[in-house]
Amino acid sequence: MTEIERHAYDVVVIGAGGAGLRAAIEARLQGKKTAVISKSLFGKAHTVMAEGGAAAAMGNVNPNDNWQVHFRDTMRGGKFLNNWRMAELHAKEAPDRVWELEHWGALFDRTKDGKISQRNFGGHEYPRLAHVGDRTGLELIRTAQQKIVALQQEDHREHGDYDARLKVWAETTVTRLLKDGDRICGAFAYVRETGRFVVFEAPAVVLATGGIGKAFKVTSNSWEYTGDGHSLAMLAGATLLNMEFVQFHPTGMVWPPSVKGLLVTESVRGDRGVLKNSDGKRFMFEYIPEVFKSQYATSEEEGDRWYDDPDNNKRPPELLPRDEVARAINSEVKAGRGSPHGGVFLTVVDRMPGGAAEIVKRLPSMHHQFKELADVDITKEAMEVGPTCHYVMGGVEVDPDTAAALVPGLFAAGEVAGGMHGSNRLGGNSLTDLLVFGRRAGLGASEYVDALAERPPVSAEVVEAAEREAMAPFERKGGENPYTVHAELQQMMNDLVGIIRKEEELAQAIEGLEKFRERVANVSVEPVAVNDGRGYHPGWHLALDLRNMLLVSEAIAKAALERQESRGGHTRDDYPVMSPEWRKVNLVCRLTGDGSAPRVELRRQPMEPMRDDLIGLFETDELKKYLTDGELPGAGGPVAEEAAGGAETAEEAAGDAGARPDAGEAGDGGQAAAPKGGATAAGAVEAGGEDNEEGDR
Amino acid sequence: MSYEASFRVWRGDDGAGELKDYKVEVNEGEVVLDIIHRLQATQAPDLAVRWNCKAGKCGSCSAEVNGMPRLMCMTRMSTFEPDETITVTPVRTFPVIRDLVTDVSFNYEKAQQIPSFDPGDVKPGEFRMQQVDVERSQEFRKCIECFLCNNVCHVIRDHEENKPGFAGPRFLMRIAELEMHPADAADRREIAQQDHGLGFCNITKCCTEVCPEHIKITDNALIPMKERVVGRRYDPLVWLGSKLGVVRKGQDTPSA
Repeated sequence: MTEIERHAYDVVVIGAGGAGLRAAIEARLQGKKTAVISKSLFGKAHTVMAEGGAAAAMGNVNPNDNWQVHFRDTMRGGKFLNNWRMAELHAKEAPDRVWELEHWGALFDRTKDGKISQRNFGGHEYPRLAHVGDRTGLELIRTAQQKIVALQQEDHREHGDYDARLKVWAETTVTRLLKDGDRICGAFAYVRETGRFVVFEAPAVVLATGGIGKAFKVTSNSWEYTGDGHSLAMLAGATLLNMEFVQFHPTGMVWPPSVKGLLVTESVRGDRGVLKNSDGKRFMFEYIPEVFKSQYATSEEEGDRWYDDPDNNKRPPELLPRDEVARAINSEVKAGRGSPHGGVFLTVVDRMPGGAAEIVKRLPSMHHQFKELADVDITKEAMEVGPTCHYVMGGVEVDPDTAAALVPGLFAAGEVAGGMHGSNRLGGNSLTDLLVFGRRAGLGASEYVDALAERPPVSAEVVEAAEREAMAPFERKGGENPYTVHAELQQMMNDLVGIIRKEEELAQAIEGLEKFRERVANVSVEPVAVNDGRGYHPGWHLALDLRNMLLVSEAIAKAALERQESRGGHTRDDYPVMSPEWRKVNLVCRLTGDGSAPRVELRRQPMEPMRDDLIGLFETDELKKYLTDGELPGAGGPVAEEAAGGAETAEEAAGDAGARPDAGEAGDGGQAAAPKGGATAAGAVEAGGEDNEEGDR
Repeated sequence: MSYEASFRVWRGDDGAGELKDYKVEVNEGEVVLDIIHRLQATQAPDLAVRWNCKAGKCGSCSAEVNGMPRLMCMTRMSTFEPDETITVTPVRTFPVIRDLVTDVSFNYEKAQQIPSFDPGDVKPGEFRMQQVDVERSQEFRKCIECFLCNNVCHVIRDHEENKPGFAGPRFLMRIAELEMHPADAADRREIAQQDHGLGFCNITKCCTEVCPEHIKITDNALIPMKERVVGRRYDPLVWLGSKLGVVRKGQDTPSA
């Protein structure tokens, strides 16, 4: 084996999206020599796709907003499965993180009195999302990127070298975390341009690698989202929390193929868009579940009146919770009433009083997206939409305050970390999650490094093992093409572990994953024709990513089979009700068995009871929807027992189901975030329409 | 509605290369990047291409399609005739790494030389800015850094010798963005001209034409920036005033 170059840092951050950049900034501000490892070019990470905004209770638009209200909304959105301490820290610190961005040069949209403007969004009681039109993610990542450059300029003035204390390793991929005994000592990576291997010697590593969407066929996620951090963490001995919770958005583009899965914002439905099948029928009226009958319109006429007069009419069923809409779309397609490309029709044609001009004004980015990518003019034609994999709530189990994983020296922040969003993420909470916990991870890693007596060495053995693993696809001859294996894995995950799950299918998926395990271990690639054959080699790259997607798929499938209830981003056809007993359970994944062929093992871990002052923020009536009677404040003795008996009745179960689907619903008894003072009817539509919107748009 | 298209794709590294011919399936609704990916998956597993979001939001898949600088993910196949040969080459202004991937480090180096946002003495949370005032810079912050503007700019497209003294439209626009930022306290007018080559720009608007975000780079950033530089350097009253010591010149912020 050839000599491999080594670089020593105090803190290595893997991932250069919002969380990774914020972590790196913090580590550098703490005086640590820091590296950011980015799978793509600097500034291209998936954070750029976020549109809606960054949720922070600044109270700029409605002064009644504060961290307690935000905390409550987040817990409701996550169906109380959130790590409450993370939700608390997030709600408390988000405003400072947003103001800090502004201090680094971000230009948010403004209120009339010159403050940062805030918009309504699904599940948020008050207008709370700081935003820049519909490109907030781009603003966030560009600002963090420019802050990194600013720090590099400081170092350049001081040391004559921009990279002296903070270096961005663009287009570099980590394939293994390295350990010395039970603690982290570095990471093994390769530089994409040349394929050369690099060892990072570092006592602290922050994972900020984002999500897992590329394990599914239809996803709104970019190519980087292959579960790298989830998998690296497990391979290093850390644990993943509640991986069954995967957010599927009901309306992604299904055509053209180049953008299949790309999100179609829920504002389309909030702005009078309706769903139709191939018979031209507004089918959602057929799919209003019993528990929602009282809250949704039963005729098209009433539904249509709601947009202008929400106080005296019921909402159209297009605005049912996300999983209900997705389920309905699935059923229509299965019944043969789908659109030509396997979705259903979503149309705003002739739906707005102001005609085509109003459509363009209200939905500029959607108009642009369909015009440019599908050659579809949404003012004249219907869109074709279907469910798409959007976000994973599950992730690395971390300490809320320091972002430390169970392995000493390992930290995680952003989508790769678990707990913050419980079973379901509210739109807008992701961008502030990145900032709050990115900073905390950078801080946690710095403090960890400060407390170390000595640096853990990186032994030649661990490096050699990592190199062997990375080279393996070249060593194998005549194996399968990684693209084929990937496409089939994605198809299976979509078909069997997708938005609606049932026992037989999950069991079948777990069986199928066994076969994929062999196939993934067997893919082979040929070197490219130049240099040592590894430079910018897409097939090799995918071959290495496959290991990660396989492990993550196994974690999701096993956890999904285990959790026998429906909650947030986990819908079981065979267990449609949310169960307070299951709420007390975290499902924790770790790897066991032989290091060369590890398996995901699942363990039930009790949820830590919420602190009294936090639980005191909720009314007991609301808590009853989520908690067992024994958990309610003041519970105990005969009262609790009596209530426990009552929970067995169908009525209670229905109440649970009603509470299940979404945030605002659960929070205020089924009413969508009501229009706030001064909001127009259209504003109400927006607020209501996005009530179920869990993504960033 | 599938058909077989003729593609010519540039294959090679920084040493040498050639245009290679491929016959490849095209389906309805696809974009150029889909076809490149199909080549990877079926005929050329080692074909190097840089891409990311595939939705025109990250600016990674810049290339030249039939000689036009484009994002491959935003170039629909339906804009070509089925019998047309489509030629895909790497962007010309930056050195080729391999195939369609180029070394764009020029851009990151230029970014490091532009002095960053300077908030002055204002504390976080204390900024008060009007929407109308932030909108000018917001337009420039729509930039997805695809670097097609820098690629197409004739000042450096075929003039390697101009690269050290020219930041390109992308980063001259960054200077304009900071200059028009309502809360920025630095003054980059002098370095815009002196270090970053604003004077090279003779407003041919090629950059504006290729911008996938439709930012009016020339009209809204470069020309106003030129006017500001003129005001700083050549305004006779300012000149006279500073000579007499009546007008105190602001601090010019040096390049970083």
